[in-house]
Amino acid sequence: MSRPAIPGPQDITRVELPNGIVVLARANPFSPSVTISGGLMAGALNNPPDKLGLADFTASALMRGTQLRDMQAIYDTLESAGASLGFSAGTHTTGFHGKCLAEDLSMLLGLLAETLTQPAFPAAPVEKLRNQILTGLALRDDDTGDRAGMLFDELAYPDHPYSLPEEGQPWTVKAITRTDLAVFHAAHYGPRGLLLAVVGGVDPQVAAEAVAAALGNWTNPSQPEPPALPALGPHSAERRGRVPMPGKSQTDILLGAPGPARNDPQYVAAALANDVLGGFGMMGRIGESVREKAGLAYYAGSNLGGSLGPGPWSVSAGVHPKDEEQAIDLIKQEIRRLVTEPVSAEELADSQEAAIGRLPLSLETNGGVTGALLNMERHNLGLDYYQRYPEMMRAVTREDSLAAARQFLNPDALAIALAGPLEA
Amino acid sequence: MTLTRTTLPNGLRVFLQEMHTAPLISQWLWFKTGSRDEAPGRTGASHWVEHMLFKGTPRFPGGLLDKAISRQGGYWNAMTYLDWTTYYETMPAAQIDLALELEADRFTNATFLPADVESERTVILSERQGNENSPLFKLDEAIQNAAYKNHGYHHEVIGHTADLQSMTRDDLYDHYRTHYVPANAVLALSGDFETGPLLERIRELYEPIPAAPEPPRPHRPEPEPEGEQRLTVEGPGETAFVHATYRAPHANDPDFHAHMVLDSLLTGPSNLNMFGGGISNKTSLLYQTLVDGEIAVSIAGGLQATLDPFLYTLHQTVHPARTPEEAIAALDEQIDAVQASAPSEAEVARAVKQARALFAYGSESISNQAFWLGFSEMLGGYEWFETYLDRLAAVTPADVQRAAQTWLAPHRRIIGTYIPDGRPLAEGEDE
Repeated sequence: MSRPAIPGPQDITRVELPNGIVVLARANPFSPSVTISGGLMAGALNNPPDKLGLADFTASALMRGTQLRDMQAIYDTLESAGASLGFSAGTHTTGFHGKCLAEDLSMLLGLLAETLTQPAFPAAPVEKLRNQILTGLALRDDDTGDRAGMLFDELAYPDHPYSLPEEGQPWTVKAITRTDLAVFHAAHYGPRGLLLAVVGGVDPQVAAEAVAAALGNWTNPSQPEPPALPALGPHSAERRGRVPMPGKSQTDILLGAPGPARNDPQYVAAALANDVLGGFGMMGRIGESVREKAGLAYYAGSNLGGSLGPGPWSVSAGVHPKDEEQAIDLIKQEIRRLVTEPVSAEELADSQEAAIGRLPLSLETNGGVTGALLNMERHNLGLDYYQRYPEMMRAVTREDSLAAARQFLNPDALAIALAGPLEA
Repeated sequence: MTLTRTTLPNGLRVFLQEMHTAPLISQWLWFKTGSRDEAPGRTGASHWVEHMLFKGTPRFPGGLLDKAISRQGGYWNAMTYLDWTTYYETMPAAQIDLALELEADRFTNATFLPADVESERTVILSERQGNENSPLFKLDEAIQNAAYKNHGYHHEVIGHTADLQSMTRDDLYDHYRTHYVPANAVLALSGDFETGPLLERIRELYEPIPAAPEPPRPHRPEPEPEGEQRLTVEGPGETAFVHATYRAPHANDPDFHAHMVLDSLLTGPSNLNMFGGGISNKTSLLYQTLVDGEIAVSIAGGLQATLDPFLYTLHQTVHPARTPEEAIAALDEQIDAVQASAPSEAEVARAVKQARALFAYGSESISNQAFWLGFSEMLGGYEWFETYLDRLAAVTPADVQRAAQTWLAPHRRIIGTYIPDGRPLAEGEDE
């Protein structure tokens, strides 16, 4: 057996089925198991305003019963084989992910197709699921990190669908009926734009044929185009808010602004600037300032969340309530520095080499490779993207990363959300 | 795949597993020291020492290490647990020498500068305060404190706040110098290397470290539990939790594998991998009765592999329309049932297949392979890992029933309940 190199056109099987599904497959000859992963174009953006959480509820309900089998039979098939399969809705897409021993791949693809195309949304299991979702929302509402995240979205994305909680609110989830689930599924689920990656101890051709057999006949002639995103409003002043959560010990802080979409020409430069800011090594400059020097937080780092749209470029930290202002000041100082002067040549080289050097580790597992295949396909990066990656990373200059930071971050106009024990 | 085991003259045990599936090497350095080895007043010392080893040595000052590893595309971290502490780096194969050098260097040369100790004190207090934001941390800590009067398993790995406020630099340094000796350590590497040259390099780096006596481990066995305990923790939120926690068999107990199968039947298969996901548990007995029966909205269990008897917890998130008392009563009915009759052969066979699949998922990752080499050594030997699936396959239905009767006996347990004081959000209101 020869060891696979970086995935590329030479070893990725890409098949576009007549109904629009794109299958990506790659062999891992050393693996006794297979990972399947993918997504379709229905998500929280499709939620009606009074039924927030509908996309997520629908995705979670797919496996609660189909036209052919009840929930018990579905999970008995899956779990008896030590396999897993799950669906969850994001903002733009609904994703699925599954694993099994290689010998069980046809079972797993069969279950995927059945739950995806023929869900029954049976009444009693749907009600049980609703209560589970409501408890999940109660736990979310008691979590400082989640509450800071929700408030941040409201502050950073005024009048934009990204401001809305994807999983909904208790009162919107209570308003969703079984019929809503079936109607949402019928209207928004379809093969066009569906990506499916299969990686592991299986021949890629065989895998692609198995997907075609399972999902090749699925159609939805009325499947709509994904909704367009409205433009982001101008960001000219700081917006700050707080969720008081008495009884908690620590404050979660989230601050930042909308960042680049994944296919934005400035994305790679922004990603490198972000790595310098709060990623590289022990969480970059922010980790050095807030954790290492000031000792204020166990975690303090930054993240670039862009995908199909302008997800947030944000910094998060968990601090003692008395240290909130000091932490915010230190973080803002680092953001100001990032948009004022270019990162040093050494810092840029560190982050470039780290990004390049990490590739083998990120592509080690079947799950890592499915993620890479989906990333290339969903964002039109080209199947040779990871092979061009070193050259592309090294082409970014200090000025490029300064320009990207300036484009998206203004230290005087950040959204700043806090959730912790202090009162408003 | 070839495995080489050797012991250096100073007592350091070395495990090298050559495998050429990806251009990576994962190195793990383990110490047989964890929170169980800490005396009152020094709880949290093992974990704090672990943090201090990232602060640098004269040769690799703080920050440099981190940049060097990251720049070469490596990943590094460390973990402190009840029984052990471990440090690891997974690197592109060509870059492993940096990881070899730094790990050998900080084995003895970490500086523990007083200023670094102070800044790390507040970082760890912050880590603990973050944990305290979670109701489950508070509940599990209360249960753990109640479960042990003597044994070092009585406190959370992170330690008590009072000790984190009062421990000194010298307390920590003393802990480091006492426990970080070759005879107390295991070095395990898996990945894309040639064993001969790598072993030579390891000898060069580690043989100069002088031999020292293996530190004695405190031997304070916990007496058998003498009756059920119940406790409650109150705090924010609107969701109640019930944790039924039983004193469990240790990893080398003859009943350990039967208990693993029992756990799999009750709550779904436990995943002992450090890397590689688990599976759902919707066909497990407790999901079907408690969650499907709308007593709970989720159920989980987990048997951990430990050196001495630790705790097996059945976690219930109580359904909003139910009370904790109803959840406990419903759980007891199911415990009675598994004690009263043995499972079928097919159910046991199914648990074994699930375990085999989880092992397969874990084997994809070289980091996980190297983790297993050292982890099993912490439990008494690599054989523990090698024979794990066979020993699971040898479990009979009668063994499972006996495990349920023995280990889920009511006198062995603590029932911990989290009582939320909160109200649902006012905003929006229903309808």
